[in-house]
Amino acid sequence: MSAPPAALSNRPFRLTFPPVSGVLRPRLLLTGVGVAVGAFLLFCWGLTIGDYPVAFTDVIRALWGSGDAGTVIVVQDLRLPRALVGLLVGVAFGVSGAVFQTMTRNPLASPDMIGLTEGAGTAVVAAVVLGWTGGLGLSTLGLLGALATALLVYALAWKGGATGYRIILVGIGVSWICSSATNFLVARGNRFEAEAALGWLVGNLNGRTWSQVDSLAIALAVLLPVTLGMGRWMRTLMLGDDVAAGLGTPVQPVRLALLLAGVGLVAFGTAAAGPVAFVALACPQIAQRLAGTSSPPPLVSGLTGAFVVLGSDLLAREAIPGTELPVGIVTGALGAPVLLWLLIRVNRAGSGG
Amino acid sequence: MASGRRLRTTVLVTLVVALLVLLSLLSVALGALSVPLDQVVRSVLGHPPSRLIDNVIWSVRVPRTLLGLTTGAALGLSGALMQALTRNPLADPGILGVSAGASFAIVLAVGVLGATSLYGYVWFAFGGALVASVVVFFLGRLGRSGATPVKLALAGVAVTSLLQSFTSAIVLTDQDALDRYRFWSAGTLADQDSGDLVRILPFLAVGAVLALSCAPALNSMALGDDVAASLGRRLGLVRLQGVTAVVLLTGASVAVIGPVVFLGLVVPHIARVLAQWVGIGPDYRWLLPLSAALAPVLLLSADILGRMVDRPTEIQAGVLVAFLGGPFFIVLVRRRKLAEV
Repeated sequence: MSAPPAALSNRPFRLTFPPVSGVLRPRLLLTGVGVAVGAFLLFCWGLTIGDYPVAFTDVIRALWGSGDAGTVIVVQDLRLPRALVGLLVGVAFGVSGAVFQTMTRNPLASPDMIGLTEGAGTAVVAAVVLGWTGGLGLSTLGLLGALATALLVYALAWKGGATGYRIILVGIGVSWICSSATNFLVARGNRFEAEAALGWLVGNLNGRTWSQVDSLAIALAVLLPVTLGMGRWMRTLMLGDDVAAGLGTPVQPVRLALLLAGVGLVAFGTAAAGPVAFVALACPQIAQRLAGTSSPPPLVSGLTGAFVVLGSDLLAREAIPGTELPVGIVTGALGAPVLLWLLIRVNRAGSGG
Repeated sequence: MASGRRLRTTVLVTLVVALLVLLSLLSVALGALSVPLDQVVRSVLGHPPSRLIDNVIWSVRVPRTLLGLTTGAALGLSGALMQALTRNPLADPGILGVSAGASFAIVLAVGVLGATSLYGYVWFAFGGALVASVVVFFLGRLGRSGATPVKLALAGVAVTSLLQSFTSAIVLTDQDALDRYRFWSAGTLADQDSGDLVRILPFLAVGAVLALSCAPALNSMALGDDVAASLGRRLGLVRLQGVTAVVLLTGASVAVIGPVVFLGLVVPHIARVLAQWVGIGPDYRWLLPLSAALAPVLLLSADILGRMVDRPTEIQAGVLVAFLGGPFFIVLVRRRKLAEV
């Protein structure tokens, strides 16, 4: 890697009053702002598209509730839920991926690789095929499935403490069991049930409503500050359990808290939009490369996630006129180059495991 | 004690063969229409008790059993070979994404390119298996510490989930493809064309010969690459031969029975324990054939269980193998310090 220009290099600072010191990271800041602006533009662009086209400026006016009444209804009631779910799901998956990859020190260890989304999928498919939802919505079941899987993985990986390493491997085992159960259920149901189940399993933003936005927004409002607040501890965990403990990090409690927060984020995200493939795996890696940091920066990863999900949704709706592909298929296809990129950038990859 | 070892080896071989014969007979006998064992034997010997039973046995049960025996052996051999080549106790055609590569290529060939016969799409299965295994291996070698078990396993999952999202993209656009895909993708011995069994046999045979002839070289490679090279093994050649065998065995099995995960993982570990008990030790000249013999035992048991548990419908053998093998995988991860095999 070539040395960054002087204006973008990190600068430590210390103020005598108030007594604060820290490191100013211009490149991280710049990347964050850039990705956020990009995500906002995609967000508005997505709102202009539909059977009733709305001009870009009208969309922005309608967001504030001013302008033509009909346009306000179309934008706020019909299109905003979809765009907001896309935005929030992207943030949730991105942050959650950053948490898992940092905690396990492995660029491939995202929550969808260690069985959480598989568990959510199995719960939802079971409800669809067996026709029993217990009075709960599919989203709630997905949430419960992800949480139950996470608990199972953590419990099975526990052996006088849980290491990131064991969590990954146990997660992979649990993930395969869940996906077999899903396969069985899909083969068991009739073809319409199978199609509905498989459609959910791909990850989809079609037909979202305000109720999904609400629950996801509340979850993010609680979990996001908690996760970002643990950022400093998270970085010490990167140095290995022993060093982190030596630096005063309560290793096991922090790991459990990070795990719960990451699981919560991915569970609520999956509940709202299904398991959107590869967002949690790829976005933290992209953010890390863009920002030039040594580990995935959580907030920028979240913004990148929003950017990717919103962009993929646009692509999914516009790529083939007349059809609406599920967004998960587009993110899956975008995941392939990222995997290859990881392959090529051998030297920069972490050494987890 | 040489004589004790020989005795125990004989006992082991006899037991495995007896188990295979017993399970084959049970597999022919049990199902939606259960046939008593003595009638099975009479039918096999050419004196069928009735037309119906004769028909069920010869056109349904026997091909199904033979399919279980051959593909099971192929997957067991493939798993043992992969564990030896990657020196990774968690290697398995399913976990390392080789099956997913083969199945995506098959779905592509059948769903998009319109292949209909086995010989139309089996080549795609080989290609997919090869590409997936190469990508997984290089992805798993990322970073400073080389290919550790955890990195290989993660790379396998990543590639598998990528391929699965492509596969869903194809099957979701085509109702009929979806309908066929969902049974096949669970991994099943049921309702397969018995002609396909004959058609994959040449591939399996070549794969098995290639795999078994690797054994002496694998024994040297277990001592480390440098030692093997100084013993005169040409590592590149051995790896090429091994990968070809894995691709042939896995690709051909997946083309017929669908992806079955964990079979190739569990069996070599059992084989190793048994070999230890007999006193052979980790000798691949024994481990490979033993894995090939034990895998059908597991696959046929799962298939029979799947027929009996939930009558009149069936649970796919692949699902039951995963339910039995998954906990095994977790125990393995917990118990061992996952060093190299």
